[in-house]
Amino acid sequence: MTAYPYWIAIAIMCLGLHTMMAHRNLLKKAVGMTIFQTAIILFFLVMSIKRGATLPIVSAGVSDPAAYMNPLPHALMLTAIVVMVATSGVALAILVQLYARYGTLEEDAIAQQIAGEDVPAA
Amino acid sequence: MTRTQLAILPVLVPLIGALLQPIAAVWTRRLASPLAALTAVTSASVAVVGVIEVMRRGTIRYAVGGWEPPWGIEIVLDPLSAYTLAVTALISAVSVLAVGAPVHRLYGDDAPVYYALVLLFVAAVHGMVVSGDLFNVFVFLEVSAISSYALIASGGGSALIAAFRYVVMGTIGASFYLLGVGCLYAITGTLNMADLHGRLPALTSSSVYHGGVAFLLVGLAVKMGLFPLHGWVPEAYGRAPSAAAAVVAAIGTKAAAYVVARLLFSVLPPTSAMGAVLLAAGSLAVLTGAVQAVRQVQPSRLLAFSSISQIGYIAIGLGLGGRGGLLAAYLLITGDAIAKAGLFLLLAQREGKPRAAISRASLPAFTAAALLGASVAGLPPTIGFFAKWQLLVAAWSAGHAWVIAVAIAGSLLALVYIYRFVAGFWAVTADDSAWWRRALIVAPLGLALGGVAAGLANAWLGALVAGAVRGGQ
Repeated sequence: MTAYPYWIAIAIMCLGLHTMMAHRNLLKKAVGMTIFQTAIILFFLVMSIKRGATLPIVSAGVSDPAAYMNPLPHALMLTAIVVMVATSGVALAILVQLYARYGTLEEDAIAQQIAGEDVPAA
Repeated sequence: MTRTQLAILPVLVPLIGALLQPIAAVWTRRLASPLAALTAVTSASVAVVGVIEVMRRGTIRYAVGGWEPPWGIEIVLDPLSAYTLAVTALISAVSVLAVGAPVHRLYGDDAPVYYALVLLFVAAVHGMVVSGDLFNVFVFLEVSAISSYALIASGGGSALIAAFRYVVMGTIGASFYLLGVGCLYAITGTLNMADLHGRLPALTSSSVYHGGVAFLLVGLAVKMGLFPLHGWVPEAYGRAPSAAAAVVAAIGTKAAAYVVARLLFSVLPPTSAMGAVLLAAGSLAVLTGAVQAVRQVQPSRLLAFSSISQIGYIAIGLGLGGRGGLLAAYLLITGDAIAKAGLFLLLAQREGKPRAAISRASLPAFTAAALLGASVAGLPPTIGFFAKWQLLVAAWSAGHAWVIAVAIAGSLLALVYIYRFVAGFWAVTADDSAWWRRALIVAPLGLALGGVAAGLANAWLGALVAGAVRGGQ
């Protein structure tokens, strides 16, 4: 039963992946992308959890390293969050431009307009 | 400056150069191009000094921030990474030097944005190459991906949707890679490549290990555009402005291929299953990419499908394994990076010009296109020929005769699509007379001649890579 937090993280991951793949609306794809990335962060953080351990700050009287939680996954995920924010920022900026140009965020409608643009050029 | 700092300078120089672009743009935008050229040339020089230093006195290891590995992040400049670094730094420098005119035409006052993104991309690719830490590779992978999303989207219009689809696919790839890193960290407690190499052989029976390796390779396969995960490549590289593609398409997917090579040969214990998967996926990529390339009417899409096919060759080399396969993979990475940078620079020359201006034939452009194309198709005396020859030798000695048939079929198809591409070059103009505009045509020609020179010097190059392979193991 100790593995169940991992299963929850994987379930959320699949939810995000499904949203990215199945939805035809680009904004919903971006939302799915955020859910997917957050689930991976959760997956890493679950690894550092230890029952009965204390914060990873050296305190007097606790010399056993096993008595501390592992701070490294947290540090890694801080970096991953920054990466995630930057990716979401670029994705949203592209969506703003797409909406300004095509007036919709439905993938099929945009693809139709692009097909219309491509034909005269060829 | 001490010797160890040579390892990190090729990352820092373009990074600082990228930051200087918006600062300089506050008072003048005319400095953007010279500043970018200076940055790119400096980083290329540092990379070349690095490769000479590593050849003479051995591997350089740099502990970032003074934190000793395996706790801190380690930057490793060994023969393999130094060689790859020099190749990518030189190619990106040539591209940055040559794109001045088209960038001015396409971006106008926004040129500093283009240069900042390109330099950021170059810094990140260099970071991926020299990093000795799995998580650090993820960070650089994403920095390079984010700058290429923005560069592709800068084409506007249909490039926007291509860029968005690339964001979605690229994020899935990066997240799978990260998941794989998490799995390996969970069982070993380390992220340092050398440390992992020592610990993993004892853990190969663990299912977490197999899951982690699968996640790592699927994630990187998306990033390198390997069949069947190549769906984003033709749209992203086909619709990107050619000035951007000259850098992004030339070294983007190859950097991911380099990381796969690193993982297979310096981190993971040898396994046969991985090789079989890479061989199968690579062979299918060679054939489907080439068949699709033959059917294209748009030159940039033709090159994008050609890249899918060439990535297939690289995957075959990695799948064959051993010293021969790895040597072939490195020669193929070098050859295709040179060829794609040159061919996209040729496209950049006429991009954004009115149709009427494209009239007169240009002999240098035609020569460059023909030589670079010969390298893609694998004709002597270019590097492409020696790389593919090396691949055939490796395939023969590994007992995979069918791979030889696939590789030759791919090359014959490449002849067809390259003929179609080169034939189009009789219609390219050389109407710009200013010498700095002519630099644009000098660059692809220079790359083409570089490809020939590398081909003729293949024995030396082979010895260098073979030495590097021994050093890397």
